[in-house]
Amino acid sequence: MRRLAGMIPFIFLVSITVFALIKLPPGDFVQNYAAALAAAGETVDDAMMASMRQRYGLDQPIWIQYWDWISGVVVGDFGYSFQWQQPVVNLIGERMGLTFVLSASTLLFTWAVALPIGVYSAVRRYSIGDYIFTFIGFVGLAVPGFLMGLVLMYVGVSVFHADVGGLFSPPFVDAPWSWARVVDLAKHLWIPMVILGTGGAASLIRIMRANLLDQLHQPYVDTARAKGLSEFTLLVRYPIRIALNPFVSTIGWVLPNLVSGSVIISIVLNLPTAGPVLLQALLGQDQYLAGAFLLLMCTLTVIGTLVSDILLALLDPRIRFQ
Amino acid sequence: MPTEPILDVRNLRTWFPVGRETVKAVDDVSFTLAPGRTLCIVGESGSGKSITARSILQIVGTPGRIVGGEILYRPDPSAQAVDIAKLPPRGARMRALRGRDIAMIFQEPMTSLSPIHKIGWQIAEGLVAHGLADRRAARARAVELLRQVEIPSPEIAVDRFPFEFSGGMRQRAMIAMALACHPKVLIADEPTTALDVTTQAEILRLIKKLQDEAGLAVLFITHDMGVVAQIADDVLVMYHGAVVEHAPVQTLFARPEHPYTVKLLDAAKKLGMAAPPARPSVPAGAPVLEVRDLTMTYPAQASLFRPPKPPTHAVRGVSFDLYEGENLGIVGESGSGKTTIGSCLIRILQPTGGSVRYRMRDGATRDLVQLDRDGLRPVHREIRMVFQDPFASLNPRMTVEQCIGEPLLVNGLLSGKALSQRVRELLVRVGLPADCGSRYPHAFSGGQRQRIVIARALALDPRLIIADEATSALDVTLRGQILDLLLELQPKLGLSFIFISHDLGVIRYFCNRIAVMHRGEIVEIGAADDICARPQMPYTQRLLAAVPEADPAHRSLVAEAAP
Repeated sequence: MRRLAGMIPFIFLVSITVFALIKLPPGDFVQNYAAALAAAGETVDDAMMASMRQRYGLDQPIWIQYWDWISGVVVGDFGYSFQWQQPVVNLIGERMGLTFVLSASTLLFTWAVALPIGVYSAVRRYSIGDYIFTFIGFVGLAVPGFLMGLVLMYVGVSVFHADVGGLFSPPFVDAPWSWARVVDLAKHLWIPMVILGTGGAASLIRIMRANLLDQLHQPYVDTARAKGLSEFTLLVRYPIRIALNPFVSTIGWVLPNLVSGSVIISIVLNLPTAGPVLLQALLGQDQYLAGAFLLLMCTLTVIGTLVSDILLALLDPRIRFQ
Repeated sequence: MPTEPILDVRNLRTWFPVGRETVKAVDDVSFTLAPGRTLCIVGESGSGKSITARSILQIVGTPGRIVGGEILYRPDPSAQAVDIAKLPPRGARMRALRGRDIAMIFQEPMTSLSPIHKIGWQIAEGLVAHGLADRRAARARAVELLRQVEIPSPEIAVDRFPFEFSGGMRQRAMIAMALACHPKVLIADEPTTALDVTTQAEILRLIKKLQDEAGLAVLFITHDMGVVAQIADDVLVMYHGAVVEHAPVQTLFARPEHPYTVKLLDAAKKLGMAAPPARPSVPAGAPVLEVRDLTMTYPAQASLFRPPKPPTHAVRGVSFDLYEGENLGIVGESGSGKTTIGSCLIRILQPTGGSVRYRMRDGATRDLVQLDRDGLRPVHREIRMVFQDPFASLNPRMTVEQCIGEPLLVNGLLSGKALSQRVRELLVRVGLPADCGSRYPHAFSGGQRQRIVIARALALDPRLIIADEATSALDVTLRGQILDLLLELQPKLGLSFIFISHDLGVIRYFCNRIAVMHRGEIVEIGAADDICARPQMPYTQRLLAAVPEADPAHRSLVAEAAP
């Protein structure tokens, strides 16, 4: 409960930082817009720029702009995107949702892969299987995600004749949600999921292996063995449970990593997730759109950390009692 | 009572292939265990006594393997004997024996219990695993067992976690766990080594009581001859993986045959309580150190939502003097504040009150409590500290010469050739070869490392050495050697010592005066002879009574439990 109460002022501080960071580069949206128009051969006079600034509220001092924005956010109004000429909520809604679905499924994929392999590698240390997984793991760590994305896309198209770009087949892109659309999403989801998850899984395997190796030779494992438990029960009940601790705390750092890591891959794979839009918004100083994205991501991170803390406390009584 | 052996170990050999060589951890060991009797295995660390015990349960760590011999287990005289050594270690038949027939208690009660499972479940688990009870019945049995091992309010304790228990309570819980399935053989691997003497006495009494109740065959592993004298029926002395002597306890103590046994017994007697006091009081000259009302209080931990925890008084108003050339022993149980005093004196900790007046070599007197960092520097040249663990207190990436020379170099006193020369002198002084300076600490044994640590402490020509449990990590024979080394150096170098230890025998042997600490206060201080022979305070008397006497004819420790 105390952690929950502590989150609110923290997120508030984050929102100030985010806003300040967006305003930090010289110039504003209007200037960028004018520059873009000028590049296209049109001229924009100062009066027009001034009127645009007034319309968007950009002539106000920064704290008033911030106040306008944050007081809207509290009631669910994230402002208006200059670039897209749409309310930010409309833009963000589905993209944020899809980003979340992708992140969550990637996290699950990462765990599903890393946990059994990590355990296997630790228990059968220096076996052939361990060496093979170790090798694959290091390759996974070393190869950048977008490269693997390109390779997988190529393989997907040439071998499986699959439709690999985006998260939906063309007929479903703008369709309303339906069962068929969900199925279509699932069909497309696996490629980015594998690509995004591989790097994380590779490092988690190493973490799991190291943690478990530390635990395997702890005296309490001998105690349990001396009780007459079978090797498997023993393993699951004692060292793996304790080795899970750092595993769970990864949620905190995996979540933001997924969102930021997915920017490049989303561009390569043409995914309708938050990453590419955020990049554009930042480049064009579309302040409310960028601010909303960043704020949501920070909130997600804080929530992720909180969830992992709660899980940790459930797993480990020592943390609960402190 | 001549009973059939329940466990008959014949020519057991457990080897560890390491690279191309093979470490013969256990080599041709034979013994028998009988119901109601206790066999003690004694030996120094690395002698193979733990591996012997683990071989019986086949829980030797990899790459260790039983390569020969028989472990015949016969649960009752009419039954067919099972050769445990032939069973596959991971097989169901081996598992069925573990915990149900043969149970084991381990050394470290802190780490041998899982930190994240409730005590009750850890006790009940064995019952459930062997199909002897369902969860509910097993839980009821766990409560009953906790009551049997004398844990207060077992109904509540059953739902506690190990970290909420003290060391002694955890070891009781371990014993309860071992007894859960009514085993016939109990193996105890140094179960009291990590405990205070008073707790050790309680645990030994408890094991004895439970043994008498259930007719257990007990295999007790220890390095403490005092404990052996108190509880053993038979003794097996191991050295480098082999048995050097095997005899009934009375015979062994009265007429030891093997020179190694003689050495062990001599060391135990030297550091035992029966010997006459070794160090008379020194004539009181001017004190080097005057400690007055030294107080160390850890502040209350304020918390926003919970009631604040009360402040912890680690040291409460301690006063004593230390005279030139004197050895003052500070003895007490864990948590009594003795280590905190040492840390306050050398100002690793900032005391919260009192004064520590130290007379420097040049005659000036400084109050160590008030000095700032710059003021402490000259003091730290004269007061040095020796820590408990010779493995952890030497940087493994520095050569011995670098380790010893570091204080000289840091203080800008010597460098280059002169430094090497000084290090060689110091090495010779502590009884190590002069040319071993270029080697790394891992090349040395525990006793040698502690000599290196002492050489480092001597590097700056100190006047006062604070030794915090400096011999506790060492085997008993090495302990005597290190103490003798310090005593031999003392008159040559004009040293005074503050020797902090929980081991009364060591303190008694080494110190002129003893201060007994209890809950942050000095309850009694006086000449070593007076404290040991004529203790005045009840706490001191209790502490002395708990020290196991290395004489099987005087079994005071577990006497009340004996039939």
